[in-house]
Amino acid sequence: MTLAVENVTVVFGHGRRAATVLDDVTLAVPKGTTVGLVGESGSGKSTLAKAMVGLVRPRAGRVLLDGTEISGLRGKRLTAVRRRVQMISQDPYSSLDPRMTVGRALAEAADPRRADVRAHAAAITRGLEAVGLDGDAARRHPHQFSGGQRQRIAIARALVAEPEVIVADEITSALDCSVQAEVLNLLADLRARLDLTMLFISHDLAVVRHVSDAVAVMHHGRLVEHGDRDRIYRAPADPYTRRLLASAPSLPKEAS
Amino acid sequence: MIRWSKGLAAGTAGLVLIVLLGIVAPWIWGDDATRLTGAAREGASAAQWLGTDALGRDVLARTLVATRLTLLMTAAATAVAGVLGVLLGTAVWVAGRRVREAGLRLIDVMVSYPAVILALVVAAILGAGRVAAVIGIGIAWTPAFARLTANLAASVAGRDFVATARLLGVPPHKLLTRHLLPNIAEPLLVLLSVAFAGTLTALSGLSFIGLGVQPPSYDWGALLNTGLEALYTNPAEALGPAVAITLTGVLAGFIGDGLAAGLDPRGAAAVRAARRRTKTAKPTPPPADALLVVDDLRVSLPDGTDLVAGVSFHVRPGEIVGVVGESGSGKSLTAMAVAQLLPDGLDVQAATLRLDDLDLLADAEPRRLATEIGVVYQDPSASFNPALRLGGQLTEVLRRHRGVGKAEARKRATDALDSVRVTRPAARLRQHPHELSGGMRQRAMIASALLTGPRLLVADEPTTALDVTVQAEVLALLREINERDGTAMLFISHDIGVIGTLCHRVLVMYGGRIVEELTAADLSAGRARHPYTRALLAATPRLDAADGEPLATIPGRPPAPDARPAGCPFAGRCTEELPDCATTPPPVAVFGADHRAACHALTTAASRGGDR
Repeated sequence: MTLAVENVTVVFGHGRRAATVLDDVTLAVPKGTTVGLVGESGSGKSTLAKAMVGLVRPRAGRVLLDGTEISGLRGKRLTAVRRRVQMISQDPYSSLDPRMTVGRALAEAADPRRADVRAHAAAITRGLEAVGLDGDAARRHPHQFSGGQRQRIAIARALVAEPEVIVADEITSALDCSVQAEVLNLLADLRARLDLTMLFISHDLAVVRHVSDAVAVMHHGRLVEHGDRDRIYRAPADPYTRRLLASAPSLPKEAS
Repeated sequence: MIRWSKGLAAGTAGLVLIVLLGIVAPWIWGDDATRLTGAAREGASAAQWLGTDALGRDVLARTLVATRLTLLMTAAATAVAGVLGVLLGTAVWVAGRRVREAGLRLIDVMVSYPAVILALVVAAILGAGRVAAVIGIGIAWTPAFARLTANLAASVAGRDFVATARLLGVPPHKLLTRHLLPNIAEPLLVLLSVAFAGTLTALSGLSFIGLGVQPPSYDWGALLNTGLEALYTNPAEALGPAVAITLTGVLAGFIGDGLAAGLDPRGAAAVRAARRRTKTAKPTPPPADALLVVDDLRVSLPDGTDLVAGVSFHVRPGEIVGVVGESGSGKSLTAMAVAQLLPDGLDVQAATLRLDDLDLLADAEPRRLATEIGVVYQDPSASFNPALRLGGQLTEVLRRHRGVGKAEARKRATDALDSVRVTRPAARLRQHPHELSGGMRQRAMIASALLTGPRLLVADEPTTALDVTVQAEVLALLREINERDGTAMLFISHDIGVIGTLCHRVLVMYGGRIVEELTAADLSAGRARHPYTRALLAATPRLDAADGEPLATIPGRPPAPDARPAGCPFAGRCTEELPDCATTPPPVAVFGADHRAACHALTTAASRGGDR
């Protein structure tokens, strides 16, 4: 068991305007597996991700990393724990500092205080090569890369921090179909090679199916279904999951 | 990087000259400026161009010598303002939420307070003198920097890379120096040059009223003061410092304006030429029953780069034609060219571009355009004006272009909302757009586009921003409208699944061209022929895919519009590439009445009699 939330409730606002965004959610991401989290906008899936990395404080319930409660931590201890869970965000154009070379961004992941590129040159090259980029990329700035390449760099940065868990929030939603395929293949490959533990969030059922071992479905802040991937796609138990699956536009046959 | 405009270059060059003058002037004219002659208050002469002052000193020499002190004080005051302002602005940002709110309000109040009055108060407390003046003016300009810094920091801080750095454990002060300040440096630079001009006039003003530099020192303001006493006997005495202050201020202003324009990445768009529409030769006869005819459509940048490079298609009455492609394929530009909604600065050329008898290349009547083509955009939250109620926005076209009365227009709008199954239609007219959910807003947008009974509905990614369940509902709605009213549609999407579900006929675009045109039935049955269409299908994740199999990818990236190969745009990435592909435009292979593909490999296979 690596990352888990137990009976987490998150409420935004106070009094009459309070909105319950997460309602008693329990979910675990076991070590070495990828859990796909599916839901529509407003279902609370991004809030759940933020609660898991400590960016949102739950009103009730616990967030556990390796059995240790992290939801109550503050200051230095929170910083130390946060590094063990890394988040990759949706927009590859906002997630990299335009003024910083790729090498520096990766060096910052290795050493947030000094961000010394030379001291971490080996780790930077390893990170870039893990996502299929040349070591030369370290000297360039983000605007010299395409959206797909930037998303690779963001993944490399998460890897360089050597986290125990990666939370990937809609990381292919902003990408073109053929570029998305590239990133999804990379994730599948990393999963096989590095024993990755990952929470993969997406609104796209087909994308989630491609990279996940288990799937959790959220609706209006509640976890409506959670289980083995093949079981959920073959025999969805919850009516909402069935509706989601039925709504996905059917794809044309692949040309033979 | 900075684009150097004429104003910026002139301002910089001028200010550099003035700074050089400030450095050398006291050495060259220092003696002239303080030498007392018997000739007091003389007019301008060949020896003393601006005459002499009350003690017989050369006014021109004094003006030139005063440059150094004036510039030093101005720079010092600007620096005080900049440093204090940035410190205050970042301190407010670093502080907790409550302190931040209070700090921002305080800065707002300070900004609204006139700078000169603040400076007068400070100068009065510290006593008259150059140090007091510098500190006073510096403090007076501080709120401007503080507010800009706080606002910019807030926008940068909201970006993902700052959140990521926090998660990585970057300490707050490093966050500030490494991520925040470098990303807000440019606007601060602009403000710095504006503030320089402002502090110059404010300091001169203080010296002018006797609160700034005290005799025997003098700056331009003090010279202006003594010059004013003799304004009627020797106007030239006041002219020297006045011109110096004005010139320096204007030059600093030039730099500020030039920097602001030169650093703005959108600045280049402002000088674009207006849109031109041109008819090209060789129209080919369209099908007799076509409603929309597009023949050899080109959309190009002013430098001649084709973004859409010769696209021909038609839409029949009652037909839904889908255009699918990835970003940069030209699909949205094609749709916007049809809807006459291209941004300024793009050239449109076509042999034919017409909707039935309405020539879209000529300056079509706005009334017919507004009523015969309905447009639905991607983002339902951006397509309505958030400040106005829906009723006014929905009835505007009817009342303006159809001359329908108010009550009748509202009745029709209510019916239209009802027909796209917006709940409580009458009440919606009194609501603002934000009170509707995304799906309801997109339905309202569709209702609005259909109100005038258009013959063609152009829909640009209308379901992309919607959830999958809402998307399914909106697609069903569009289908129903098409079947009920016979409205023809041009439907743009990046999602080949959506296109296949809704449309009758599909155009696949890549690199500014249509590479394949086929019926939805052929697409669904897996009869797509063009290598790009097949690659796109293979790269799309499927709910029914075999386990553990990697998705197919397309090697490389789409070429930039100005670097497309002369032949097939897909050359260089294609798995079936032949030697001719990059150099010769591909011939069109025909596979049936509504199915063709532009591809060398397909025609070669066909001519060999092979049918893969």
